[in-house]
Amino acid sequence: MDLIALLPFDLPHPALLAAGMLEGTVLAAVLALTALGLSIVFGIMRVVNVAHGEFYMLGAVLAWFVTHTVSGTVGGPPWLGFAIALIVAPLIVAAMAALTDWLVLKRLDYDPEATIVATIGVLYIIQQLALTFYGPDARPVEAPFDFRVQLPWFGYSGYKLVVVGAAIALMLVVWLVLTRTKIGLVMRATQYDRETAQAFGIPVDKVYAGVFALGAALAAIGAVLIVPIQQAHYLMGGDPLLLSFIVVILGGLGSLKGTLVAAIFIGLSDGIISTLYEPTLAKILATLLVAMVLVFRPQGLFGARAA
Amino acid sequence: MAAIGQLTAEGLVKDFGGLRAVDVTSFTLNKGEIRAVIGPNGAGKTTFVSLLCGRFAPSQGRIAFEGRDITTMPAHERVALGIAYTFQITSIFGNLSLYDNVALPAQRRIMLDGGGTLRERAMAALDRVGLADRAQEQAGTQSYGHQRLLEVAMGLALAPKVLILDEPTQGLADSEITDFIALIREVAEETTVLLIEHNMPVVMALAEQITVLDQGRVLAEGSPEAIRADAAVQAAYLGG
Amino acid sequence: MIRTIVLHAAVIAGLFLLEPVLSDYHHGNLARIMVLATYAVGYNMLFGYTGLLSLGHAMFFAAGMYGCAMLIRLAEWSVGPAFLAGVLCALVAGIIVGTLALRTIGVGFMIVTLMFAEAAYLVILYYNEFTRGDEGFTIPQAVRSIAGIDLSDTTNRYFAALLLFAIALIACAAIVQARTGRVLVAIRENEDRVRMLGFDPFRYKLFALVISATMAGAAGAAYAVLFGYAGATFASVQYSIFPLLWVLLGGPGTTLGPLLGTVLMFYLVDYASGTIMPGLAALVETQFGIEAPGLASAYLLLVGVTLVLLVLFAPKGLLGTVRARMIPWLP
Repeated sequence: MDLIALLPFDLPHPALLAAGMLEGTVLAAVLALTALGLSIVFGIMRVVNVAHGEFYMLGAVLAWFVTHTVSGTVGGPPWLGFAIALIVAPLIVAAMAALTDWLVLKRLDYDPEATIVATIGVLYIIQQLALTFYGPDARPVEAPFDFRVQLPWFGYSGYKLVVVGAAIALMLVVWLVLTRTKIGLVMRATQYDRETAQAFGIPVDKVYAGVFALGAALAAIGAVLIVPIQQAHYLMGGDPLLLSFIVVILGGLGSLKGTLVAAIFIGLSDGIISTLYEPTLAKILATLLVAMVLVFRPQGLFGARAA
Repeated sequence: MAAIGQLTAEGLVKDFGGLRAVDVTSFTLNKGEIRAVIGPNGAGKTTFVSLLCGRFAPSQGRIAFEGRDITTMPAHERVALGIAYTFQITSIFGNLSLYDNVALPAQRRIMLDGGGTLRERAMAALDRVGLADRAQEQAGTQSYGHQRLLEVAMGLALAPKVLILDEPTQGLADSEITDFIALIREVAEETTVLLIEHNMPVVMALAEQITVLDQGRVLAEGSPEAIRADAAVQAAYLGG
Repeated sequence: MIRTIVLHAAVIAGLFLLEPVLSDYHHGNLARIMVLATYAVGYNMLFGYTGLLSLGHAMFFAAGMYGCAMLIRLAEWSVGPAFLAGVLCALVAGIIVGTLALRTIGVGFMIVTLMFAEAAYLVILYYNEFTRGDEGFTIPQAVRSIAGIDLSDTTNRYFAALLLFAIALIACAAIVQARTGRVLVAIRENEDRVRMLGFDPFRYKLFALVISATMAGAAGAAYAVLFGYAGATFASVQYSIFPLLWVLLGGPGTTLGPLLGTVLMFYLVDYASGTIMPGLAALVETQFGIEAPGLASAYLLLVGVTLVLLVLFAPKGLLGTVRARMIPWLP
């Protein structure tokens, strides 16, 4: 008797599974970058930025504007437009985030509940401004280069592998900056005690604006990297926000290592489940898991147990 | 000292991370007494009484009230049993009237064992601290001294068996302190009073027994005269 | 006390007397507003009076809406029992979610409620075979009647909405003026102190959450019955943000704030999507030559701007500010 036939679901073909895992890896890489931004902002400023997904969307939409301008008006090659977008889009997004910090969050004195309500407002403002100037259509951005890597079962887009590499490299840089440089030290000092940091002459206001800008820029970079794979759309911020929330909470609020582990876990499982089964079901289970983790294990699944 | 105290603790330990904030081998509060807990800043006085009234759960040890183990009982149930706590940092409801502030605990006492109308009980509590004529004024607009008195009135409105006061005279003027001493003497006729206090004249005027805490441990315990004479206490606290 | 009763009676009587005067357009709007304001009154019980900010109330609105509409659609229940079943669904959801979510505080509570609501929304999409997902389904006019009264008739619909709102408003005013209400407000101001006065804050918070969820569910069920439609949009995050916005605008912790906030925001969004935004779009394109392809439909921009402005400059909302500056007795 064939035991496989008794299983309640079909076992996927190994090639399909491999494809799911590769898609999952790409998703995990971009998700880790985006979630890292949310995690840093929460870890250092204790601000839950509900508008984080909109900074991501803004990165993608700006990438479209830049590449469109470079290739359309100037007639430059795709890689040039993409390279410029990779620098310009995160910078613009970072500037907007710093402005948000200065205009809104600072004035609320970073009160946790008030900042959540305010960032919900910012979410709508950014999203609707994108709708205003970019319109309701989804538009593709051409990949900077096009080569395929031949794997045993199928060919695979080389660009996707580069995305994974770039995300890992960037996270390494962020990690080095946070743990090995004076800027990182200043940020961590602010995290532990805002008033003492101020007393020691650390410009807390500037640090906070910088941290908020950095968090948003990470989301924007993730979006620029993904936009040749997915299209740019003004409503695309919802999913990365939800997934980043899930990752940051499962990983333990404010824990960078936990965030990375959770991003890989969620990215891979979401990639595999979405490719093979039903994406909605995966999201239902993930959101319920997050709620339960917050209720019963607020330090996260991968975070250290709080003292 | 009586054989069975009203509120007792044994082997009571509270750790915060690696720090042992409280380590009290044995503590007995007898019915009807006025006990003062003194000690230098950071001696663990507030943490200690917070364990007794249930704001914090102890890391080790047992607490009993009138012979009943209350170690794991939540704070609000201990209040219902008759252990009231008034806060060191004034925690009145600033947006509510003085009346509404005392009506809350009075309402709780009536829910628990009936007797009297809400109005009577609330006004009686305000009357005892001399704030009855200000009942409808907003609590947040009162002077600091009146806010401290309101805090005590909220405790009294609970009609507690044990009233724990955390630095009640802090920030009061001398004239207010004299009135306060008289008030506590009167309260003590029907209620056991446990008092954390920095002001030594207040302690010496009120306390029948004194417990001295230092670094979370009981350094000395006894009558005011004995404590005054104790060399260790002199060194750690009084003589400094 | 008398002032309070007179004020609420006057508001309800005013809404009653408006009915014959209103044009068809405003007539329909106001019926809708009263149902949504019931939702806001429920939200205010939890947020305004108890100080708990939920980001997931759409799940209770949707529990009422789907609990009622699915029974009518799939089990062919009549409107009366289906409505009650919808309210019961929301009540049970309130007990379950409250028991879990109230173990957390502050930001944790906000995110837990958000996640539960997101899960509920996704469940509605997942079972689209029964719920018809985003598209939703209509309830035929023929079955929308109770005790021989046709609820799709605009006059009947208006009075049914008014009855629902009046019950919610009176219940809210009664609770917050009573002893329970005093404890809820005290929990909002200082939960630790309330515990040390012998009250169990969890029980009171659960009570407030369940009442709040039940009112939200009643509004959802009434919406399905009175307007003959149920759709997943009503379970989306947006419908959790709306009551927060309405209550913040009208005045958290005031009995009439939810109604005022809902009326103002409803007409602001209505006017913006119908007139302001398209006009602005035409102006921008013809006068300045700026390409703004989505400006005409970007009315939600107002929702964002209003939220940010309220949080920054008027956290007490309209009636809260009136109470602080002019009428201290305002309930």
